[in-house]
Amino acid sequence: MNRTVQKSLFFIVKSVRTSPSNFAGKLYAWRGLSTTPDPHTKVCIVGGGPAGFYTAQHIIKGRPDVQVDVYERLPVPFGLVRFGVAPDHPEVKNVINTFTQTAQHERCRFLGNVNVGKDVSVDELRQVYHAVVLSYGAEGNRSLGVPGEHLSGVYSAKDFVGWYNGLPYNRELQPDLSHDTAVILGQGNVAVDVARILLAPLDMLKKTDITQAALDALANSQVRRVLIVGRRGPMQVACTIKELREMVNLPGTQPDMLTDDFHGVNEALKDLPRPRKRLTELMLKALKEQAVKGAHRKWGFRFLRSPLDVLPSADGTRAAAIRLALNKLEGSGDEARAVPTGEVEEVPCGVIISSIGYKSLPIDSAVPFDPRKAIIPNTMGRVQETTGLYCSGWVKRGPTGVIATTMNDSFDTGRVLLQDLDSGAIDLSEARLGAQGIAPLLEKRGVRPVSFSDWEKISGEEVRRGEAQGKPREKMLDVQEMLSVAWS
Amino acid sequence: MAKHVCLQSVLSVRSVRLWNALSGFQSRSDRLQFQLLQRRQISRQAQLFTGSQNDSSLNTKILVHFINQDGVKNSVTVSEGETLLDVVINKNLDISGFGACEGTLACSTCHLVFEENIYNRLDPVVDEEVDMLDLAYGVSNTSRLGCQVTVESWMDGMTVCVPQEVKDQRELSKRTK
Ligand SMILES: Cc1cc2nc3c(=O)[nH]c(=O)nc-3n(C[C@H](O)[C@H](O)[C@H](O)COP(=O)(O)OP(=O)(O)OC[C@H]3O[C@@H](n4cnc5c(N)ncnc54)[C@H](O)[C@@H]3O)c2cc1C
Ligand SMILES: NC(=O)c1ccc[n+]([C@@H]2O[C@H](COP(=O)([O-])OP(=O)(O)OC[C@H]3O[C@@H](n4cnc5c(N)ncnc54)[C@H](OP(=O)(O)O)[C@@H]3O)[C@@H](O)[C@H]2O)c1
Repeated sequence: MNRTVQKSLFFIVKSVRTSPSNFAGKLYAWRGLSTTPDPHTKVCIVGGGPAGFYTAQHIIKGRPDVQVDVYERLPVPFGLVRFGVAPDHPEVKNVINTFTQTAQHERCRFLGNVNVGKDVSVDELRQVYHAVVLSYGAEGNRSLGVPGEHLSGVYSAKDFVGWYNGLPYNRELQPDLSHDTAVILGQGNVAVDVARILLAPLDMLKKTDITQAALDALANSQVRRVLIVGRRGPMQVACTIKELREMVNLPGTQPDMLTDDFHGVNEALKDLPRPRKRLTELMLKALKEQAVKGAHRKWGFRFLRSPLDVLPSADGTRAAAIRLALNKLEGSGDEARAVPTGEVEEVPCGVIISSIGYKSLPIDSAVPFDPRKAIIPNTMGRVQETTGLYCSGWVKRGPTGVIATTMNDSFDTGRVLLQDLDSGAIDLSEARLGAQGIAPLLEKRGVRPVSFSDWEKISGEEVRRGEAQGKPREKMLDVQEMLSVAWS
Repeated sequence: MAKHVCLQSVLSVRSVRLWNALSGFQSRSDRLQFQLLQRRQISRQAQLFTGSQNDSSLNTKILVHFINQDGVKNSVTVSEGETLLDVVINKNLDISGFGACEGTLACSTCHLVFEENIYNRLDPVVDEEVDMLDLAYGVSNTSRLGCQVTVESWMDGMTVCVPQEVKDQRELSKRTK
């Protein structure tokens, strides 16, 4: 079957589907456009992670007259799919195939190596695009706000994850893993990812795209025990069951939990909703079986404990222990609150990783930002009080949710944007320059964008380097090196 | 309206995967070809709707009805042994974001709701699949992941539904947190 025919058929049918009453009008408009090689409607997306690509996909699919340009700060695309998702979860990264198809669509353009807010302002983008979507994720992290958190030996999970996943900004982290016990604060999936990477058998990690530097550091790691500390109880744990099951099944390790932490849990089990019930049952099973296992490496949850301060070593140079306030719960279920009992506990540990959440940052003074919720204030993806400006992904709803959640919320933003194009809420009467209008600005500022085929050169080189070591790829850690391969 | 329904079924041959890999539709001959193709597709679909059992050429095929998240029904004939995820991909059914992890039990985007009598006869579900279903939205007592269900001849005529979209994102993020 002729490919061009397939596609045109798709678009015609699609326009019928979205608004049947309007079929003839749309078709006419579309036919008129088919003679113009340059699509009329120019949409710009800021951020080349899942939110950016899923929003682009929805918009391109929804209208035949839209050109979508995706601006990304780094020379490499895919955001947290490349720099967040754990290296031993290659199956999660399959979404990259869909993103690649979107990027290669004739009406999509990827412009890497452009830092929006610095190299080009959001106002400048709005002048040359009919609509701008902010999908730049959550590049900051929540901090504990406790004394001693800046001591050496204390890391944020965001940096630690960035380090083992080859994020250029975290290249120099070189965490000191010459200690027996690591404490992770927070019990979300990121915390569990970090625990698993710290304890996973090296043979398992060797076959992944974890960086060679991280692999070497983990090979020399002295960490034998990882405690994952939460302020609330077992029935409030934030991680999901798949990740817990992976910990339970991790070769060479055994759980190390406290029976006291599970007081009253058995009794409450029967009233829990299924997902929570299964998760809790799996924890209870791990607790029960821990006595019979004899592994050298241990991991465990510690519940009802909030960090008070990080205690320095005798010479004052680094972290040596953490002081925790013991809590009790007020209320029950997801909404239960932790309140201190007044009791305190000290846990000696040389590695402390704070994993209490990521946080979005304001991009540009021209864009509204809610500092309390750390999101762009929006109604269903429309940025409040700003026509033609939208948001999707973590910067829209906060730093929670798996890729599927981000996908749905990006489709929602795409849908709203298409509605605004259809209804005339976005003024399309004037032609806009799109990327052509940005190119001279970037050139003047000495910024050269990386195209998607440039990225494919980088990717090809990474895969080649990985092959030599039996890895799917060896990531480049240096932006300059990426650029020189891209433009070679 | 009938016309729209036909066109919607034509849509089923458009690929979620292909749509973005294809190039432009510009020439008049392309348009003509399109009209031909459209007619052929509609008649094929019409054949389908009149029931495949009587059609000897479709004897080894199994009829499956899909209702997508917008409530649009697509009916396809399927070979035994394909998973329902394969079907959605191979038949290019228009279900946005279906099968994000490509059938590796790492997401819940191929979640489908079955009829009770069909559900009860399906192969037993493994823990890993329930782990993913626990994260899906719109889960019902007859939910399964499409990548884990292989089409068999006794399923002929069954209807599977994609859960309707959740409009409230707060609900969504709470569930997947
Ligand atoms: C450690 C970790 C592991 C995870 N693992 C999983 C998992 O296994 N499975 C799963 O389903 N979900 C997982 N998630 C969740 C998933 O990654 C998120 O739902 C998703 O990545 C959010 O997408 P986003 O596009 O909003 O943000 P991001 O993925 O962060 O993408 C934002 C993009 O914007 C770019 N950007 C930032 N600032 C600018 C700027 N000024 N100009 C231009 N571009 C900019 C960034 O470089 C980045 O590429 C994980 C999350 C984390 C943190
Ligand atoms: N494999 C995967 O699917 C995968 C992997 C990684 C990440 N992700 C997703 O990415 C998202 C982000 O993950 P995340 O782990 O960063 O976030 P998260 O799931 O929101 O977990 C944050 C954790 O930090 C705790 N916390 C927050 N503030 C605190 C404070 N001030 N003091 C002490 N503890 C505090 C929370 O406890 P409370 O509950 O008490 O607030 C919770 O345990 C999640 O939706 C996650 O599912 C998915």
